Amino acid sequence: YIHIINKADMAASKGLKILVGCKRVIDYAVKVRVKPDRSGVVTEGVKHSMNPFDEIAVEEAVRMKEKKLAGEAVAISVGPPQSQETLRTALAMGIDRAIHVEIPLAQLEKLQPIHVSKLLAKVCESEKPDLVILGKQAIDDDCNQTGQMLAALLDWPQATFASKIEPSQDSKQLRVTREVDGGLETIDVSVPAVVTSDLRLNEPRYATLPNIMKAKKKPLAKMSPDQLGVDLQPRQEVISVEDPPVRKAGAKVESVEDLVGKLREKGLVK
Amino acid sequence: MQALRRVFALNQNASWTRTVLATQQKSCLLSSSSILDIGIGLSAEKRQIQELALTFTQNEVAPHMQKWDAEHIFPVEMFTKTAALGFGAIYCKEEHGGSGLSRLDASLIFEAIATGCVTSSAYLSIHNMCAWMIDSTGTEEQRAKWLPQLAPMSRLASYCLTEPGSGSDAAALKTTAKSDGNYYVLNGSKAFISGAGATDLYLVMCRTGADGPKGISCVMVEKDTPGLSFGKIERKLGWNAQPTREVVFENCRVPKSNRLGPEGSGFGLAMRGLNGGRVNIASCSLGAAHASLLAAREYMTVRKQFGKQLAEFQALQFQLAEMAAQLVSSRLLVRQAAQSLDSGDPGAPAVCALAKLHATEQCFDVCNRALQLFGGYGYLLDFPVQQYLRDSRVNCILEGTNQVMRMLPCS
Repeated sequence: YIHIINKADMAASKGLKILVGCKRVIDYAVKVRVKPDRSGVVTEGVKHSMNPFDEIAVEEAVRMKEKKLAGEAVAISVGPPQSQETLRTALAMGIDRAIHVEIPLAQLEKLQPIHVSKLLAKVCESEKPDLVILGKQAIDDDCNQTGQMLAALLDWPQATFASKIEPSQDSKQLRVTREVDGGLETIDVSVPAVVTSDLRLNEPRYATLPNIMKAKKKPLAKMSPDQLGVDLQPRQEVISVEDPPVRKAGAKVESVEDLVGKLREKGLVK
Repeated sequence: MQALRRVFALNQNASWTRTVLATQQKSCLLSSSSILDIGIGLSAEKRQIQELALTFTQNEVAPHMQKWDAEHIFPVEMFTKTAALGFGAIYCKEEHGGSGLSRLDASLIFEAIATGCVTSSAYLSIHNMCAWMIDSTGTEEQRAKWLPQLAPMSRLASYCLTEPGSGSDAAALKTTAKSDGNYYVLNGSKAFISGAGATDLYLVMCRTGADGPKGISCVMVEKDTPGLSFGKIERKLGWNAQPTREVVFENCRVPKSNRLGPEGSGFGLAMRGLNGGRVNIASCSLGAAHASLLAAREYMTVRKQFGKQLAEFQALQFQLAEMAAQLVSSRLLVRQAAQSLDSGDPGAPAVCALAKLHATEQCFDVCNRALQLFGGYGYLLDFPVQQYLRDSRVNCILEGTNQVMRMLPCS
């Protein structure tokens, strides 16, 4: 699947079409508890909200619209019926329209990034975005896979862990600054491309009451995995989910010499 | 919204409130989400508005609640932020910058903000009440002049009815407004005025005619008008994040074009303002009780005595259950009162009075019981329940004492 944008100057064109992924996850402030049967974590009755990195992705898309780099921003969420609330939040932040790929309850718990990326790839075929922005990872599973898999499926360039997105020097590409272990890496990517957002990309705005009201009129389309022709057969089986081990007490030392001595004792330092 | 900024906020109080408002726990009342769900019975759309207010509160209000109280700071910057979200003129028409929403939406917003600071939410509700009085009764010129300033809260308003000699007997007010050509000359003083000295526009109920309610008009007085001055800042049990002062008029000349509505209509306007004001203040009490109840519940899973969590003692579980009954019954009555106002029900004033009466008393009791559940720690200023308690106590007194609230349904 190849979709090549007209190499015309990005600034002069009517703007990029952006597709933003939003996932509904357990709110970051909730004390997550493992189910007694250890099959997963308790989600019923627990506060959920938009994945924080996805909020940042939504914010970036809206900012690119405001800067006239983007013309249209579409939000997409793959999840249960309640994912519509997440999409309404995105609409209230300034996204133009939304797509909900509804996953039946039975398949929800077994949904993996491979499935989500296939669903997104299918949607990209029809929507033909110039840029897909996803959160770098979801705070529930911390997979950090969907963006990369999507780029691979589409054979598009990827720029992950973005802390800045701007037009390249010649305005024909996107210049993305990435946060990597060694520091910051800046790359130029051609569009269409997949970018994943990192923490410092921006600070998301609050919706405002007028925008929440306006969002009610914005289109929200529903799709099913069957319509998209994607098989949701799980590739993995979760054997058990357990609490992390209880942290053992540490020991305090009085001086650097003591510290080095203790580290040597434990064979951590030669 | 702003989830990751929350993660990196350092304030201890914020982390307490944040976790408490988001978390669900196990065992008895502690696990059931629907009883303590602040969005109980609400549509998805209302929940979205509530969620915005709650998130804003967790990030921008709750972390500062303690400091504003201790240092007596009136958080004007925070109010400007609320106004940017549309909270400055929630139920004013959109024409001049209002949000065009309902009394129910306003109740949800004030309740949410009160979970982070009762005092700030109360002031926000007073400002909203004043904006509405202008929006509903003002001339086109008055609305066009004032609402574009009040909606974004670039100018703040205060409501002046009570006097040293007339509280519950509000119609006996003595501040006079004598006619002098195109001006009124105001003489008298108002007591216990919230925001006085820090606000820009004073809606003053004053006597333009004979004794009794029919002689009262509402006149808008701008700050810095010669003849307008303020008493000392009162030292209060709570509501420390807001100055409360006497407002004094000494031959204060105010253009007649600042009068809201015809002469003699001021008392009716003041009372209509208060119907909504009562729902709003009751909503603030709901927020205080909600936060206190959740805080107590959380504490009970942490504190252990006699080898068990407090949450395992049935006597204490029963306390929580009773507090939940008090809170939820109050919440439903307040929201019903809001809906009665929204639907123009002629019986709405009585429902508003009942809601204010019930919610302010029950919610104060919830805060008090929550404080008891904290034991000795509840008495320390480091813990938030004492502030919810002190701040919600006055809700039983202002906007019409709870004794007057008992009179209204009987009349």
